[in-house]
Amino acid sequence: MKKINFLKPDNNNLSFFLILGTLFFILGITDFSLNNFLDKNITFFLPRYINFFTPLIFGVIGLHFIRIEFSGIKQLEILNKNINTNNFNAAFSLFIIFLLIFCIPPLLNWFIFDANISGNTKEACTGSGACWVYIKVWFNRFMYGMYPNAEQWRVNLSFTIVLAFVGIGFFMPAKYRKYLTFYYTIFLPIISFLLIYYLISGGSFGLVWVETGAWGGLSLTFIVSFFCLIFCFPIGMMLALGRRSDLPAIKYSSLSFIEFWRGVPLITVLFMSAVMFPMFLPDGTYMDKLIRVIIAITLFEAAYVAEVIRGGLQALPRGQYDAAKSLGMGYWKLHLLVILPQALKLVIPGIANTFLALVKDTPLILVVGLLELAGMLGIAKTNPEWLGFSMEGYVFAAMIFWIICYSMSRYSQNLEIKYKTDR
Amino acid sequence: MSEKIIQMKNVNKWFDDFHVLKDIDLNVESKQKIVVCGPSGSGKSTLIRCINRLEEHQKGSIIVDGTELSENTKNIEKIRAEVGMVFQQFNLFPHLSILDNCTLAPIWVKKMAKKDAENLAMQQLEQVQIADQSQKFPGQLSGGQQQRCAIARALCMKPKIMLFDEPTSALDPEMIKEVLDAMVNLAKAGMTMIVVTHEMGFAKEVADEVIFMDEGMIIEKASTKEFFANPKSDRTKLFLSQIL
Repeated sequence: MKKINFLKPDNNNLSFFLILGTLFFILGITDFSLNNFLDKNITFFLPRYINFFTPLIFGVIGLHFIRIEFSGIKQLEILNKNINTNNFNAAFSLFIIFLLIFCIPPLLNWFIFDANISGNTKEACTGSGACWVYIKVWFNRFMYGMYPNAEQWRVNLSFTIVLAFVGIGFFMPAKYRKYLTFYYTIFLPIISFLLIYYLISGGSFGLVWVETGAWGGLSLTFIVSFFCLIFCFPIGMMLALGRRSDLPAIKYSSLSFIEFWRGVPLITVLFMSAVMFPMFLPDGTYMDKLIRVIIAITLFEAAYVAEVIRGGLQALPRGQYDAAKSLGMGYWKLHLLVILPQALKLVIPGIANTFLALVKDTPLILVVGLLELAGMLGIAKTNPEWLGFSMEGYVFAAMIFWIICYSMSRYSQNLEIKYKTDR
Repeated sequence: MSEKIIQMKNVNKWFDDFHVLKDIDLNVESKQKIVVCGPSGSGKSTLIRCINRLEEHQKGSIIVDGTELSENTKNIEKIRAEVGMVFQQFNLFPHLSILDNCTLAPIWVKKMAKKDAENLAMQQLEQVQIADQSQKFPGQLSGGQQQRCAIARALCMKPKIMLFDEPTSALDPEMIKEVLDAMVNLAKAGMTMIVVTHEMGFAKEVADEVIFMDEGMIIEKASTKEFFANPKSDRTKLFLSQIL
């Protein structure tokens, strides 16, 4: 055996250092696990303040020994390069490993191993984990709110049809591609509105009328988000252009509109739309609460979208305007053909951000008595039969919202890649 | 004497307090090639940007091809469609392919059929020798190629006048020649051209007249031969001695 320098592990004593390092590392992990799960402290003889850090110290020493350059072992090199470049990195990696060991088993226990899912009553929940029975029993309500059970096929059918129409857009033959914008911004909203008006709301064609107050759950989340997203984008775009207009009347009306809506909390806007707005309507006219709420959120978010798009417009060099003008393009051609396609591409992340915020803002409509997913949770957790399961409910809602938002986020990233042309 | 295609009378322009153009009088005849030179900040670019009203003048009159430049937007768009412009920074549209860059304005401004516009564009790209790049995006091309594409894009509008605003200033030295060649070919084809440039070789080869500007005024305006052989003002002599 060659000379061993413990401060500088090298290639010459590769196997020795590897074994020693692995042992120390395993010792660290074992120490931590024993402390955590079995309440056993193998280093009890040390002073308390050192004792607390022993797993970390063992681990760092272990990682130090296996940090060998040019070892010729591929896996080891990958490991060293990614989590073990220096002592700080090693400590940080260990910290994360400990955190995972600390969190994952209890979480898994709560979610799966100790959870109950069979049965239909509260009594079926005997384990110490989550009571998914609660979600199962209330699932219908979480999805459809107070919508009558017998009529729920109408909601399903409408959503399926809308989804089908969206899908058709994706597989549209190249010949009709140029109508795609028109299809998505004008045709689809109209179809969706008609579906909602005649199918979900009902009242004609022999369908029972279901008032909007009874709508709720995830389907309401979708309805509100869908319409707000579709309408707030073009309105925001117009506002952004208006704010940069040369005409003072347009410029200052856009400016004051944007600043007004940005300055008011959403919850106030919702209250106003529900309580104050009807007072300004002439006698005898009536506008449904849901429509008022959708208009309110749309205008509110449009102001944000406008500012995001304005950022994109300002990022474009002046030469683009000059070039388009010098080719004889007027205001609309210049913006629609040259400026907006580039500006919108730049602000995809910002728009996605605003849209995600919008989707997550929809639960606020519960303040005016519309109960979408999060609102239904509030009802369910105060039901005397099912007291004490709010945790499961909120976790469930969080997962649903996370899935929605994450897929939106992924989609926006795809768009970014798709429209990326090298500058 | 052929017709006067550009008539500038007593043109004045201010940027806030800064007097950029002072009493500019300039007549350009059809098919004439004019090179504008002068130190930076002398108002050369502003002068030619006034001709298609990318900048507004505040006093005097500019008549381009019989139409006076005024607040009337219809007139401005008409003139801009007849006056092509090439910029220092190319200003191609980065979101469109080279071919689409060239067909965009003919299709949407001149209402040309797509097929015709594409044929025309390929023809123009052929002229500047980048027809093989037509499906690429501007970001994938070299500076010289981009500038040649910008020339082709302007030519697709079939302009009567071409304005060049320092077309070679942003290019690497070895790319300057390819752009200048394209411009020389264009000049030989009989285009009316106003070129802001420091390329005196180009001026000697194609220009009918050279204008020297300083501090917003036209200091000297002479035929090319005269201008280089015996410049009249001291300022011009100094400039030429530094640049040649």
